[in-house]
Amino acid sequence: MEFGPHLMLAVLEGAVTAAVLSLTAVGLSLVFGVMRVVNVAHGEFFMLGAVLAWWIAGAFGGHAALGFLAALVVAPLAVGAMAVLADIVILKRIGYDPERTIVATIGLLYILQQVTLMSYGPEARPVAAPFNTRLALPWVEWGEAGPALYWPWGLSITSYKLAVIGAAVAVLVGVWAVMTRTRIGLVMRATQLDRDMALAFGIPVERVYALVFGFGAALAALAAVLIVPISQAHYLMGGDPLLLSFIVVIIGGLGSLPGTVVAALLIGLSDGVISVFFSPTLAKILATLLVALVLVFRPQGLFGARAA
Amino acid sequence: MLELRGIGAGYGRAQVLRDMSLRVGSGEILCLLGRNGAGKTTAMKAIMGLVPLMAGEVLLDGVSLGALPPHEIPKAGIGYIPQGRRLFGELTVAQNIEIGLMARGEGREMRERVLGLFPRLRERLGQRANTLSGGEQQMLATARALCLRPKALLLDEPTEGLQPSMIEAIRVVVRQMREEGVAVLLVEQRVDAVLDLADRVAFMENGRVVEEAAAEALRADHAIVDRYVGV
Repeated sequence: MEFGPHLMLAVLEGAVTAAVLSLTAVGLSLVFGVMRVVNVAHGEFFMLGAVLAWWIAGAFGGHAALGFLAALVVAPLAVGAMAVLADIVILKRIGYDPERTIVATIGLLYILQQVTLMSYGPEARPVAAPFNTRLALPWVEWGEAGPALYWPWGLSITSYKLAVIGAAVAVLVGVWAVMTRTRIGLVMRATQLDRDMALAFGIPVERVYALVFGFGAALAALAAVLIVPISQAHYLMGGDPLLLSFIVVIIGGLGSLPGTVVAALLIGLSDGVISVFFSPTLAKILATLLVALVLVFRPQGLFGARAA
Repeated sequence: MLELRGIGAGYGRAQVLRDMSLRVGSGEILCLLGRNGAGKTTAMKAIMGLVPLMAGEVLLDGVSLGALPPHEIPKAGIGYIPQGRRLFGELTVAQNIEIGLMARGEGREMRERVLGLFPRLRERLGQRANTLSGGEQQMLATARALCLRPKALLLDEPTEGLQPSMIEAIRVVVRQMREEGVAVLLVEQRVDAVLDLADRVAFMENGRVVEEAAAEALRADHAIVDRYVGV
């Protein structure tokens, strides 16, 4: 394949990564922004979403789309409920202390991972995509008779991958609308800006925290349900999304949702392009290097406010 | 009526308030005077439940607030205007007011009322709170607290760093609240600013109220004031 079509393919693959990554990272960013909790178990909520999707899709007979649709609804809700429980049982008890919550969520990470290993097992299992048509993509070539379209061999994408990108965009617009247009969004932002004043104006901060923790985990689970027809469910799959989400949240600016989305696009696309032309390992090395540079030269992140 | 009965409070193991008692009647302005570190701000935070009570109780119209979780205390009818204003800086003027209204389920009518008290805010509804001038921020902090239709109002150094015209605007509103029967607890540093506004003055030292006097008596005899806040 020539360079042009090759690059287009890499960008499209990168866009799928970016779509899933932005959902996961926005979940992490919300939890950190509102609660000041560094949720190390975020990747495990992602993993649980994928594993539950496999389980739910398997429980439904009939057409693959039926099971997948059920998973898309039930898995994020179930994972969100689990996270709310974890918040009430663990994080609330330790008073949301920044250091203790890190240790507590590391513990939660291992509990979720090992329970999944003991129940679901070490295998990687696929979930059938609800639809998966191969769409050949055209490329422009300048011949003797001016520009002409042709369909290079190997340049294609599946309809499902396009749907993942579309779904992620729709969910992100939804999150943005909730945060800026609704009462619950206003309450969350007030809590984020000044916890004590939120209390002094009747906002039930602990309930907001539980809700945000559940919402963040549900976003990660939703991202995982979307990606599992492409990548398979496995009990150790939470590591990469956790690392990349942290990278994205730090680059975008802690607690800044627009920054998180922009950084997810940047990291997702560069990950796609660099993985195709060089190697996936190089992509991770460069992303981590970028985090180091951001921390040195712009510690508040690209979009973060200077003093929180 | 707002009443503190022998409250103790502090941060961690450092106790700041010890056996502090105080009573502010409805339609009365009580000013809390004292040197830095006497515990004035801590007393306000203790009333709001932002600092846990170690002893004693806080009563509003005879009902104890001590057992309530902190977010239920404002809902009982206490409006708080904290030191340094502490607005929700990234939210707009309208959203700050909205949060005040939500606390006790007040609606459009109350919104119109506070905007009528501070017409400057109406011109700036879409502006972010942290882009307002100091005086406008104080107006917004006051408006936000009045949105609760408070039975008791706590003001912590409301005139700090304001120009005289702004100070006057705040004082007019505080007097109006007194006319409406609100119990007003005021913390101030500048004695002269207080004496013609307050009905009574309570002096604090080492976390307790050591003396109370009518403001009128203090205007006639400045000696007590000098003893507790003089340099």
